[in-house]
Amino acid sequence: MARLSIRDVSRVFPGVRGQPDTRALEATRLEVGDNDFITILGPSGCGKSTLLRIVAGLDFASAGEVLLDGEPVAGPGADRGMVFQSYTLFPWLTVRQNICFGLREKGASDAVQRDVSDTLIAQVGLRGFEDHYPKMLSGGMQQRTALARALANDPKVLLMDEPFGALDHQTRELMQELLLSVWEKHLKTVLFVTHDIDEAIFMANRVVVMTARPGRIKHEERVEFEHPRGYRIKTSARFAEHKARLTEEIRAETLRAAQAGAPD
Amino acid sequence: MKPLTPVGAPARVALGIGFFVVFVAAWALATLGGFVSKTFLADPLTMLLDGWTLVTVHGFALDIGVTIWRVVGGFVLAAVFAVPLGVLMGAYKPVEAFFEPFVSFARYLPASAFIPLLILWAGIGETQKLLVIFIGSFFQLVLMVAVVVGNTRRDLVEAAYTLGVSDRTLVTRVLMPNAAPEIAEILRLVLGWAWTYVIVAELVGSSSGIGHMITDSQALLATGQIIFGIIVIGLIGLVTDFAFKAANRRLYPWAALR
Repeated sequence: MARLSIRDVSRVFPGVRGQPDTRALEATRLEVGDNDFITILGPSGCGKSTLLRIVAGLDFASAGEVLLDGEPVAGPGADRGMVFQSYTLFPWLTVRQNICFGLREKGASDAVQRDVSDTLIAQVGLRGFEDHYPKMLSGGMQQRTALARALANDPKVLLMDEPFGALDHQTRELMQELLLSVWEKHLKTVLFVTHDIDEAIFMANRVVVMTARPGRIKHEERVEFEHPRGYRIKTSARFAEHKARLTEEIRAETLRAAQAGAPD
Repeated sequence: MKPLTPVGAPARVALGIGFFVVFVAAWALATLGGFVSKTFLADPLTMLLDGWTLVTVHGFALDIGVTIWRVVGGFVLAAVFAVPLGVLMGAYKPVEAFFEPFVSFARYLPASAFIPLLILWAGIGETQKLLVIFIGSFFQLVLMVAVVVGNTRRDLVEAAYTLGVSDRTLVTRVLMPNAAPEIAEILRLVLGWAWTYVIVAELVGSSSGIGHMITDSQALLATGQIIFGIIVIGLIGLVTDFAFKAANRRLYPWAALR
């Protein structure tokens, strides 16, 4: 059975003040297996973030349903961790306190909190920064903390909404490798939204391409590079084949979006 | 001068003190130079002498103590009720919809206009003074706290929900700590306003306090005493302001990192 099933989920934002309704998401179907790493690729405004937010329970579907281990999702919960594009660390908590936020909510003992956070801090390379406040960290370090914070809860699914979108190119590539190395250790089911084709291929077992708004899944392909993956696969011939195909798919949608004058 | 270029710490202190010096010098020139009659404005030296007699002979220290007690008492009373109500209004929109219109209305009722009514209800004792300060501070505090709590970044709220907070712990673990430094800042601001209310309350029907001394001095044309009283209020304000700022920096180091 699939870990996560997205069943004909659509989303319509009602128009305000006589404006027509906005169809953000066409009925979308996606089956996500255990430990799948799925990247969702699409042009800006195609509803990929909306889809992710519906899975997180932060937004709701106008029709259809999301099942997690066979149970319908209703509202947000600790079983679906999320890393956002914006920096969402709690500014009043240190790195360690941020990472332990969910564990404290569950009532985990201090010893457990310390153990889990020590391991994660080491894995995301933040040793020596445990007692720093988020404002003292670079963007990349903040996102690594956010990743550790989501993983500390040991969620069934990890949702990532363009988590490296605000970072510079070099930092982003390092973050991709770091995320892969962490994923190889934790083996999580991941839904990762991005508009960066290289990023989508490099990270994923499966790449899913969405159409321009109203978004729906129009193309899917498996990426079968063995793990652990290094940055060198980015220059391989197989990588280039994936990239050529996905570029065509995305380009067609971006053009359509541009013609429709779709807002970002 | 280049616009928006920061000024160094020593230069800033020197400039800040500089104005006080210029101010006192101008005052001394106007009074000691004989440009202004003594009846209307005492010179700085007379002011200091009058102040000294006030403290040593007339027990002015007690008046200062009484006034501080009233300000702190009324203000703490207002804060104890206003902060929780403000948090509730900021967090829960139906609560806000219930209270907000009335509080917005009550905020514009001038506290000093209540003094005659409060004298009627509570006499001219301490209760009346506390009530004036309470009315003056409470509604302002409630509204400002509610706005700060309601403005919590939505992405922080969403992040907290994906980490498993309940609706109640969202308030206690996210909304409240997030708003805490700004609430402290609001308290600092409104405490300053409370000082003006207490003096007004003491000017009308009171037998002790700085405001009372000022009305007494007016009858005696003792402008030196009046100015001394006003300067004392200013100094107390300055000291509490510094103390509040220092405490906030200490309590909320993360907020100072902005």
